[in-house]
Amino acid sequence: MAAQGRIVWVSGPAVRADGMSDAKMYETVTVGDSKLVGEVIRLTGDVAFIQVYESTSGLKPGEPVVGTGNPLSVLLGPGIIGQLYDGIQRPLRELSKASGSFIGRGITTSAVDMTKKYHFVPTASNGDEVAGGNIIGTVQETDLIEHSIMISPDHKGGKLSNLVSEGDYDLETVLATTEKDGQSVDIKMYHKWPVRKPRPYNKRHDPTVPLLTGQRVIDTFFPIAKGGTGSIPGAFGTGKTVTLHQIAKWADSQVVVYIGCGERGNEMTEVLVEFPHLKDPRSGKPLMDRTVLVANTSNMPVAAREASIYTGVTIAEYYRDMGKDVVLVADSTSRWAESLREMSGRLEEMPAEEGYPSYLASRLAEFYERAGRVQAAGSPDRNGSVTLIGAVSPSGGDFTEPVTTHTMRFIKTFWALDAKLAYSRHYPSINWMNSYSGYLADIAKWWSENISEDWFKIRSETYGILQREDTLKEIVRLLGPEALPDEEKLILEVARMVKIGLLQQNSFDDVDTYCSPEKQFKLMKLLVDFYQKGQQALKEGTALSDIRELGVVSSLLKARMDIKDDEMPKLEQLDKDMQEQFKSISGVKVSN
Amino acid sequence: MTVEGGVQYSKIAEIKGPLVVVDDVDNAAFDELVEIETTEGERRLGKVLEVGNGKAIVQVFEGTTGLSISGTSAKFVGKVMEMPVSKEVLGRVFDGLGRPKDGLPDPIADKFVDINGEPMNPEQREYPKDFIQTGVSVIDGLMTLVRGQKLPIFSGSGMSHNLLAAQIARQASVVGKQDDFAVVFAAIGVQYSEAEYFRRSLEESGALKRSVLFLNTADDPAIERIITPRVALTVAEYLAFDLGMHVLVVITDMTNYAEALREISAAREEVPGRKGYPGYLYTDLSTLYERAGKLNGRKGSVTQVPILSMPSDDITHPIPDLTGYITEGQIVVGRDLFRQGVYPPINILSSLSRLMKDGIGEGSTRDDHSEVSNQVYDAYSRSQEVRALAGIVGKAGLTEIDLKYLELGDTFENEFLTQATDENRTIEETLALMWKIVSKLPKNEITKIKDKHVEKYYQEK
Repeated sequence: MAAQGRIVWVSGPAVRADGMSDAKMYETVTVGDSKLVGEVIRLTGDVAFIQVYESTSGLKPGEPVVGTGNPLSVLLGPGIIGQLYDGIQRPLRELSKASGSFIGRGITTSAVDMTKKYHFVPTASNGDEVAGGNIIGTVQETDLIEHSIMISPDHKGGKLSNLVSEGDYDLETVLATTEKDGQSVDIKMYHKWPVRKPRPYNKRHDPTVPLLTGQRVIDTFFPIAKGGTGSIPGAFGTGKTVTLHQIAKWADSQVVVYIGCGERGNEMTEVLVEFPHLKDPRSGKPLMDRTVLVANTSNMPVAAREASIYTGVTIAEYYRDMGKDVVLVADSTSRWAESLREMSGRLEEMPAEEGYPSYLASRLAEFYERAGRVQAAGSPDRNGSVTLIGAVSPSGGDFTEPVTTHTMRFIKTFWALDAKLAYSRHYPSINWMNSYSGYLADIAKWWSENISEDWFKIRSETYGILQREDTLKEIVRLLGPEALPDEEKLILEVARMVKIGLLQQNSFDDVDTYCSPEKQFKLMKLLVDFYQKGQQALKEGTALSDIRELGVVSSLLKARMDIKDDEMPKLEQLDKDMQEQFKSISGVKVSN
Repeated sequence: MTVEGGVQYSKIAEIKGPLVVVDDVDNAAFDELVEIETTEGERRLGKVLEVGNGKAIVQVFEGTTGLSISGTSAKFVGKVMEMPVSKEVLGRVFDGLGRPKDGLPDPIADKFVDINGEPMNPEQREYPKDFIQTGVSVIDGLMTLVRGQKLPIFSGSGMSHNLLAAQIARQASVVGKQDDFAVVFAAIGVQYSEAEYFRRSLEESGALKRSVLFLNTADDPAIERIITPRVALTVAEYLAFDLGMHVLVVITDMTNYAEALREISAAREEVPGRKGYPGYLYTDLSTLYERAGKLNGRKGSVTQVPILSMPSDDITHPIPDLTGYITEGQIVVGRDLFRQGVYPPINILSSLSRLMKDGIGEGSTRDDHSEVSNQVYDAYSRSQEVRALAGIVGKAGLTEIDLKYLELGDTFENEFLTQATDENRTIEETLALMWKIVSKLPKNEITKIKDKHVEKYYQEK
């Protein structure tokens, strides 16, 4: 039976209640006369320590606390796509109907519209032996999403019966029942799943397919694989959010879950305003048709911020289980860690580094471990993936602080944002010397099979130029650029071209915002060719200034903006122009 | 507990720092307003920070100086702290707790509003994109302010941030219809002269009758500073969302606010985060800054320009750092430029307006605005590198193009950045100056501007 207790103590989001000996750890409870949502996070005798997901202003000792018997769960079924949820999966659109422009308290709403009818097409048959995770049919959730109706993964299995025929049903309709040992279980279009429990799968695959984001510095230099993990740390103003928005817009996944965790309200509004008008480059449909937003902005209750990450990742796993590739973007995990710190402080736990609780690292590890490319549980066989990308907001831009250092232990792609680059408006300000990708070797095969056999070689050569430049910069800083021989000045020049023409990308430019893998490769190849031709020309005695002044230089720098993805012949033409221009100066000798 | 005339008074058990612990508490709520009464009959206000097991921890806004355990009693008011609001607050001066300070009676309240506000539903926000012309070139051209934005000024002690904030408040106010606009000014622990400068500046420009001032000066109680920005923002929200006005909120100095918060946290013996500031500083600051914005279906807007002085000019200090993570950009006042006598001494490289991209362009400023601003940033950044290099190798070690950048840097600082405190430039003037800077470069150095714009605006010599 559900616990029924009384509040004995209130301090901010933390509440203690007695008479709670029947409560379970992580059970959700309603707190006070206004029925705020809370979760039990510690039990001592009959006193429960509760974190409350809504503002506790006005709450008094003596008010009731009632257990629900259930852990914090999300409702999983059609209708999730396109929603904007708060940290505990309450649709903000519905909340505004109840409380207007500002968020009120104690409002209960359903996560999806339970009365909406979907056209259900059964794929299983009566009499089938089914198990948890099996798909029994599909509905079209949005233009982009065919939604598989799955039996909850914790279902004990049984024989399927009473399966309805194809037709329009709402979420509460019993679509089928399962029978086992005389027990009958109803199957509906939705089930619930506790957010803190990873959804099971059959087996894990190695991540070998790149997640293409259309961002050159990511795809070409520091790629992430589908089912992989990545982190993007940076001081404020380095363009974290813009980069994450770019990934959410252009990543070649079927579903995107965007968690605004303790960030700005206007950023979520921006996504809400912008995404319905942006078209998915592959299907031409609005991006909102594949996006789920979870918003717990910085001024919303801090405990719900802690929950928002789990709410988001559970939704991501649900779509993964349908065999889809899902990208989850969490902005920012630092604010999530701060909510852990705040609750830990109120629990009077012994702090570790910078006041963070000692379990910060294990919580981060658990979260990132929910990424992966897997074969889903149940039949039919299907593979899906969850790619996890977390922003980190290190205090003072210092990458040695606890959240950044712990995160680095559990992720494989690290995009280090650099304030200096951002200050000079080099965007995305991903520092090519400090960033890394652990997936490079795994996904090189994909590039070689799909784009060019030379991909890895050309990429290494381009990166080599950047590395050489980095060393030379030290000398230039001390002696000035004129102290270098021409061969090395050429490296500086080409490195500048690589930075402007390849690494920089203008997310607000219609053409440049997304770059196809073919164009990425071709641009990179042109720059490497330019370098090799330049070296050759210098050897033959051509003056560096003549190379610098070739008309093709400025075309190469602007090609990313001037040439669209479907205008590859123009890049071929640029290639030809370059060959000819180099020929035209090959006879010119240095006169000294 | 004693009962007098139906009101319950509780005894004080402990006084430490700005906190009092009240005993025998029976029916107090978290966040509830408390009246503390001394034996002399003096009344102070406080609020409940923690309640339970018969005790309440109360934060006293006016400080605990002079309170005694035996003579003091506490009354729980039965509601959270509220601010009376009405159109009559315009033109008035209040203290840091929202009580009249100009000798006039309380304004007749239209309604009473919880000073903590409620979080705006992100789904109900309207994305801010209306350009505000401040008349300050560097802001309008390179870090454009839009209605509903929160754009702080990061400054250091002694620099000219107040001049700048006052100039923005005066000049921005004349755009659009006069009666639609209001200024809410909250002084938090600043010197009297600074608050007075601001008041006089509003008065001289005739904007005072459309302004509301909340003054907590340096000699006012420190703990009151927790309340000052909240009452100010409550009034701002009322003017914006109930009366449909475009409200510019200037708050100075947020550093004093954060210090008051630290004082309370220390008194409560909480585990400190960086530099002794509480771990929840980010969350707490966000409950102020996030009160800027626009709402669907409502006419007004709340735009915030908070000012904070960075201790030792350190932008990585927790206060500017956490602020920068919440606000939509920052305007950074630079010590070097200030020393050179440049006004406004804004370091553009570390400054930024996140909402600029949506507030500019065709239809609001001009189609080339975004590109030319990118090029100016890029070029000025390059000029700074060249300047540093010239300091080592001398001008002789520089290439021809480097010298052009060097010259460009000077033009930028002397002609574009520098302007008088009463100089109000139009956006067209600002853009023309930006093209003058860019036109110092040969065309092949211009990589961020589309050719058609270069053709149209490039100033040939």
